[in-house]
Amino acid sequence: MILVLVDHDRGELDPLSLRALTAARKLGHEIQSVVIGSEGASLAGVVGEYGAKVLHVATHASITDYAPMASGRVLKELVEKLSPAAVLAAGSPRGNEQLAHLAAFLDLPMAAECSSITLSTTPGAPHQVSRARWAANLIEDANVHSDLLIASILAFSVEPESANGAAASVVEFQPTLEASDTQVRVLSRDSGETKGGVTLTDAKVIVSGGRGVGGSEGFGNLEELATLMGGTVGCSRVVTSSGWRPHAEQVGQTGTKVAPDLYIAAGISGAMQHIAGMKNSKTIVVINTDPEAPILNYADYAIIGDLHQVLPALTKAVREAKG
Amino acid sequence: MDILVCLKRVPLAGGTLILTPDAKDIETKHLGFGISPHEENAVEAGVQLVEQMGGTLTLLTLGPTDAEEQLRAQLAIGATRAILLETQGEEWDPQATAAALVDAINAEETKFDLIIFGAESADSAGYQIHIRIAHALNRPIVTNVKAMKIENGIAHCERVVAAGREHYEAPLPAIITVRDGLNIPRYPSVPGRMQARKKPVDMIKTSPRVPKLEKLNLTVAPSKSKGAEILGNGPEAVPALVEVLKKIGAI
Ligand SMILES: Cc1cc2nc3c(=O)[nH]c(=O)nc-3n(C[C@H](O)[C@H](O)[C@H](O)COP(=O)(O)OP(=O)(O)OC[C@H]3O[C@@H](n4cnc5c(N)ncnc54)[C@H](O)[C@@H]3O)c2cc1C
Ligand SMILES: Nc1ncnc2c1ncn2[C@@H]1O[C@H](COP(=O)(O)O)[C@@H](O)[C@H]1O
Repeated sequence: MILVLVDHDRGELDPLSLRALTAARKLGHEIQSVVIGSEGASLAGVVGEYGAKVLHVATHASITDYAPMASGRVLKELVEKLSPAAVLAAGSPRGNEQLAHLAAFLDLPMAAECSSITLSTTPGAPHQVSRARWAANLIEDANVHSDLLIASILAFSVEPESANGAAASVVEFQPTLEASDTQVRVLSRDSGETKGGVTLTDAKVIVSGGRGVGGSEGFGNLEELATLMGGTVGCSRVVTSSGWRPHAEQVGQTGTKVAPDLYIAAGISGAMQHIAGMKNSKTIVVINTDPEAPILNYADYAIIGDLHQVLPALTKAVREAKG
Repeated sequence: MDILVCLKRVPLAGGTLILTPDAKDIETKHLGFGISPHEENAVEAGVQLVEQMGGTLTLLTLGPTDAEEQLRAQLAIGATRAILLETQGEEWDPQATAAALVDAINAEETKFDLIIFGAESADSAGYQIHIRIAHALNRPIVTNVKAMKIENGIAHCERVVAAGREHYEAPLPAIITVRDGLNIPRYPSVPGRMQARKKPVDMIKTSPRVPKLEKLNLTVAPSKSKGAEILGNGPEAVPALVEVLKKIGAI
């Protein structure tokens, strides 16, 4: 049996968990799933549809919101009770974190961000995984020396596929927690700061600037175009580490991952860590003085030229085209 | 306040990665080295806290002898001293790394009030060394911290999620892992660099351990090169772009 940790945020399913369920199904074992917190019980239908026979719902008076160490404890108890062959979760910050707590409790290896898994069929032989390194620019083949495989699923390595399964049967249980398990937990939450209503992750159009913009003043042109097109401004890490723009606007591996309909990259060279955050954009347009810039390899269209000339001309032309 | 920051020497790779002939590592002949961006934020946070509250900032790394270079670079921005657990140059798996770091932390006379990590390492991104250390040291850990302040012995932390900003608290002694964007790491000053040369770096020998997560080989992920259509040079190409934008429905 394979146990899949299904993540939810106050009862709202993390869609990446459906990918983890889909990946788990391919391993040819029965799938069971677990959610932490009573709101998770409402997910029995969808996790069943994606192939889980059972949904274990861990409830406890002191689990009031996300508490990663408590999740680790819940997983440990289930592992001891059910002896699964593997515990899987989505390769998200929360998925990785909760699995790491499980791995730490059991002192077993954990393979984060796996794009493929081959479970060992011989007792004592290692499991094999392929996992992402360097923002998924490298794939590492590795042996995992442990009876239990603890692994997270690289977010976009598998498309969610329904198994048309019936609702999972819900098994509620109360874990035995220690006070330290819930010491670190979400105490409160502010909703995101949205500027003019369009956030980076939701934006259909992102006008993104890099070192080539030259300074914070230069971003006026990008803002004007973004506003005109109903979008928002993004940037590279050089821009945030120079203090030209807030980090909330950074696109990339250590910034935000985006996939808008249109991504305009102006004065951005296309380092792999930036590409990691925007390569899934539908159409990528580049404005760069360097015809050899690596970002051209990922772009659909490019203008070779100085963004300080091209952007104002583009803004003017778009305004005219819109009438 | 005594603070410890754990960091890892990594190649500064931005472009296409090239592998060594045995496909076990990245070819680094033409690359510089540094630390992960998250860890730069960790050091900056440590320096700021010591500036505000007094105390010491110690750096700890497990890596090749050459990692002294990365320690000196961070000593130059204001850390007090450093510890280098010397390997033969091979990468250790997360469990072995965590165990060695725990031993080194326990061997210290200083009982660090706060230990700061990067959220994940830039190269191997295992997402776990800090959590293993938190369990071994029996300390609370808050991960992926984007804003932080210490008040009355409590680390007040914020983590950014899709739905907004989450608030966490961890009483000291605690562990936090930080993300790019927490602060803007400073550049070393010339006097800073001079002082760093004289700051103590303890070199401690290690012996390799058998990995449980055993790296076999690496492959470069195929990049989906689209091959851009060049619309032209300079502002004269703008009308062609406008046509494209109309075609894809952006205007
Ligand atoms: C672990 C790790 C994580 C990272 N995470 C991120 C991340 O999340 N996001 C990110 O962006 N980076 C990230 N980086 C940094 C990344 O490696 C690059 O350093 C960064 O993306 C480069 O930013 P840039 O393209 O703006 O600058 P540069 O690489 O300096 O490129 C500037 C470009 O502007 C062009 N240009 C200059 N002047 C003009 C002009 N007048 N008109 C038009 N074009 C012009 C140049 O030809 C060049 O192509 C990370 C690095 C590491 C090691
Ligand atoms: N070799 C190392 N020496 C010291 N600290 C490390 C080492 N490797 C990783 N770390 C720390 O642990 C964090 C998480 O690493 P990882 O679990 O590999 O993603 C990094 O950001 C560093 O702060």
